[in-house]
Amino acid sequence: MADLADLTIAEAGRGLRAGDFTAVDLLDAVTKRATMTEAQLHAYLTLDSGGARAAAEKADADLASGDDHGPLHGIPVALKDNMVTKGVETTASSQILAGWKPPYDGTAVARLKAAGAVITGKTNLDEFAMGSSTENSAFGPSRNPWDHTRVPGGSSGGSAATVSVGSAFGSFGSDTGGSIRQPAALCGVVGMKPTYGMVSRYGLIAFASSLDQIGPFSRTVEDSALLLDAVAGWDRMDSTSIDGDVPAFSGSLSKGVEGLRIGLVTELMGEGIDPQVKAAVTAMADKLAGAGAEVIEVGLPASEYALSAYYLIAPAEASANLARFDGVRYGHRTEHLEGTTEDMMAMSRAEGFGPEVIRRILLGTYALSAGYYDAFYGQAQRVRTLMRNDFASAYEQVDVLISPTSPTTAFPVGERAADPIAMYYSDVCTIPSNLAGDPAISVPVGLDDQRLPIGFQIMAPALGEEVMYQVAAEVERLAGFTDRAPLATSEVVHP
Amino acid sequence: MPVDIDIAKVANLARLALSEEELAAYGTQLEDILEHAERVQALPTDGVEPTSHPLPMVNGFRPDERTESLEPESFLSEAPDAEDGQFRVPRILE
Amino acid sequence: MSIDSVTPLNAGGWEAVIGLETHVELSTASKMFCGCRADIPEEPNTACCPVCLALPGALPVPNEQAIEGIVRIGTALGCEINETSLFYRKNYFYPDLPKNYQISQYTFPVAEHGALEIDVEGEPFTVGITRVHMEEDTGKSTHVGDGGGRIHDASHTLLDFNRAGVPLVEIVTEPDIRTPEQARAYGAELQRVVLALGVSDAKLEAGSMRFDANVSVRRPGEEFGTRTETKNVNSLRSLQRAVAFEIERQIAVLESGGTIVQETRHWNEDTGKTSSMRTKEESEDYRYFQDPDLLPLSVDETWRLRAVEALPELPGAARTRFRDAGVDPVNAETLLDNPALAALFTDAVAAGAPGRLVANWLTGEVIAQLRRDEVDVSDTSLSSSHLVELASMVDGGDLSSSAAKDVLTRAMAGEGTPRAIAEANDLLQVSDTGAIEEVVEQVLVDNPDALEKVRSGDMKPLGFLTGQVMRQMGGKADPKVVQQVLRAKTQGE
Ligand SMILES: [Mg+2]
Ligand SMILES: [Zn+2]
Repeated sequence: MADLADLTIAEAGRGLRAGDFTAVDLLDAVTKRATMTEAQLHAYLTLDSGGARAAAEKADADLASGDDHGPLHGIPVALKDNMVTKGVETTASSQILAGWKPPYDGTAVARLKAAGAVITGKTNLDEFAMGSSTENSAFGPSRNPWDHTRVPGGSSGGSAATVSVGSAFGSFGSDTGGSIRQPAALCGVVGMKPTYGMVSRYGLIAFASSLDQIGPFSRTVEDSALLLDAVAGWDRMDSTSIDGDVPAFSGSLSKGVEGLRIGLVTELMGEGIDPQVKAAVTAMADKLAGAGAEVIEVGLPASEYALSAYYLIAPAEASANLARFDGVRYGHRTEHLEGTTEDMMAMSRAEGFGPEVIRRILLGTYALSAGYYDAFYGQAQRVRTLMRNDFASAYEQVDVLISPTSPTTAFPVGERAADPIAMYYSDVCTIPSNLAGDPAISVPVGLDDQRLPIGFQIMAPALGEEVMYQVAAEVERLAGFTDRAPLATSEVVHP
Repeated sequence: MPVDIDIAKVANLARLALSEEELAAYGTQLEDILEHAERVQALPTDGVEPTSHPLPMVNGFRPDERTESLEPESFLSEAPDAEDGQFRVPRILE
Repeated sequence: MSIDSVTPLNAGGWEAVIGLETHVELSTASKMFCGCRADIPEEPNTACCPVCLALPGALPVPNEQAIEGIVRIGTALGCEINETSLFYRKNYFYPDLPKNYQISQYTFPVAEHGALEIDVEGEPFTVGITRVHMEEDTGKSTHVGDGGGRIHDASHTLLDFNRAGVPLVEIVTEPDIRTPEQARAYGAELQRVVLALGVSDAKLEAGSMRFDANVSVRRPGEEFGTRTETKNVNSLRSLQRAVAFEIERQIAVLESGGTIVQETRHWNEDTGKTSSMRTKEESEDYRYFQDPDLLPLSVDETWRLRAVEALPELPGAARTRFRDAGVDPVNAETLLDNPALAALFTDAVAAGAPGRLVANWLTGEVIAQLRRDEVDVSDTSLSSSHLVELASMVDGGDLSSSAAKDVLTRAMAGEGTPRAIAEANDLLQVSDTGAIEEVVEQVLVDNPDALEKVRSGDMKPLGFLTGQVMRQMGGKADPKVVQQVLRAKTQGE
């Protein structure tokens, strides 16, 4: 029999209900896989073995007594460490929160628990989700399962890697400028960012509040929909969550693309995109046309300005969101306490935050400060309007938009670490959807000549998750992407 | 527009105790990043309303109902310093 | 505005320019952005949750009732209620501010452009209201150490976040106020408005209503001078004193050739002085931006109309009504400050009792008695029907005005209705002419000299004779009837 850790969520669910194995067996399988891979990957920051085992045993007992919580019942799921988990250390990969044990669960976490999911642990990220490589973690970088000299992408690199290697069946991350889709692309898994407001942000440690969304990583499009189903929907704890009915996203996967109009975004196929990535996207566009879709080129002119606008908006919001880390109520406090509370705060913050976080706090503070607000933050918010207008006119012509997810495949560790601007360019294809608040998904479509995965992005209008999944499922079928990362097999030998 | 940042003032506003060397390094990096933002500033946006929220929703109220507060011990135990059920900090300079 | 009619100048020809910022805590059940209780329990940090402690990941969700409250305040102050208003983050680091930013408003507050009509010793005066905006309160710092709670000498500080996140309404006036008395009258009137609306307990001493006073001085007609902001003013009396002190201080500085520094000052109740808290070396940079965690507030036409319709009688209207009912200005103000007494007054007058008399009783004997017993009027047995009955007894001559006061006190103590009390205590006046005539005749016989004087046209002894009759009748005779009889007996024969 195949290693249980290689099953999809849908397959695992069927096997559980058929009595082929138990939730504890599933947990044991991913735990074993983690044991084999963690030394190379460092995808997890915390493995909550005790909590996970108790949850798995409860899942088995519930199922035995006929209390079935649905598709995620008994399924081991990993969470990015910026999702607040009651009693389980939550750090956002920052020294300033090292050791913090929250007294509450975020809404998505609580919903996953209610859906019977078994939370395996907390995954590594760029500190406070600021980065595109998971190198900016105070607790050390994560590595790419396909080539551990390369980055897994970021900021949700740990979550992408766990799903890629099977140390979790699914995982969750957060996407502010591409932090789910880009690592999904670099790790060869499916990663999606829902419509802004689709998933409650309550209990997600905020980076940029008007852009952040929680979303799932999975090995298949179907699993992605199952994971999203469990967490989506209005929450009274998040004023910006959408109050309305949420369809079951897993219901729209077999419709095909016949008659759909699909737009390939001109600006996201330009100079900065790696030729192999471009070729893979073009090839998939052709296949979609072959499957009955009408594929045309569509322009999003404002996307040329999206990256710059994003790097004003996100740091501005972050500068306020991260002000609460001051050494007063939780987290790191400096040892140098001879001064006043003001000194204590400034020293604690300087000691507790890493350089990328400090850089963005300074940038955001400056962009909001008197005399510069309108030139920077105000102007960026107007670019955001232009971006939305562009999307609106594009969606008058097409049902979904397609593009590469990342301009390149996984890059070597350290390559962009010293050049913030080169690193920021990693998100050039994903940022437009964040600015617009629209859903988007990355589906792996192939490997480049270095055997590194290439991600294909599908964007849809706000609340267009159904059509987005419909196209994603077809892309998955057409790609027939079955390769697995070398680390993601039971044959991997621990060095 | 050449970007000229009073980085010490910015660090003070952000309550970050940085050394002179750190300030200088961050100042240079910020200036580089903001030079990229120049294209954005050059974009004509007269009459364009800024977008603060991706979706056109309003209010998002909750009813005036009490929900349970936390047990003080559940968060004071996480505090760097606490005394008599309160958070303790050094003296405050006015 | 009626500023031009009232431009009182200070010594040396200086004119003071005063603007007030008032913070009012709303008495909602829960806090502004979370479900913790808003009534601030004594035990520290027992009304706290992830939201009001600003734990990582927590988000604010606005309390609908608080928005209802501020819309009511804005409406009562004659403001325009903005159809769309926005929450902003006001960024500054302070240990009692958990997020290190305060959720407040900036452009587009809930309400703006209103006015409050006040009364300064009988003179009407209008204070413009610039804006009314919604925000959240901070936590409480206790400075511990040798300094006896003073911040400068403290060794460390303890923080309690029970108050953090309590809904706070800030009401900002135009710089229309010119005297300490006007400042006080504005504060008093605003407090009455808030109490009439029932949106806050507006207790100055408890801090649920607080004033910051912006004061500057200038020569009339000149540009505004540099202003100072005085904080920690927690009574109406202090407001008047603090403003008066600051005006005098600034005039003294300017007359001695100095300049005023823009700064925040602290009112010290004990010394009766303001002192500098901190100078703004660099002007504060709050980096306001729209809070992405909160949606725009939309107060639609229906809501605005509902707020207008739901307005109770406001103090200005009540003042006019009291005065129209014959109540003198001082008593009218007393009634305005005692809603329970005003309610008794209103009911009694509606049932036909004379306003002036009832107001005299309520603001005289009744208040004195309540103070003596340290109780509220609702703790006594006094009802408006008592007042109506008492007034009609006095009016009908059944009760002397001094006996009426005695009956009133007994009615408050629950001894029964005024008539029953008067009967039980033998306080009813004798207005039976026959009984009075008998006594009068006897008094005239006993005082022949006085009788002689009156008969010869000297009316002075009449008072003495009346007093004799009253005394013999144990004070229960109706003095009016006694005088009638005396006149008849001395003149008529
Ligand atoms: Mg304020
Ligand atoms: Zn709370």
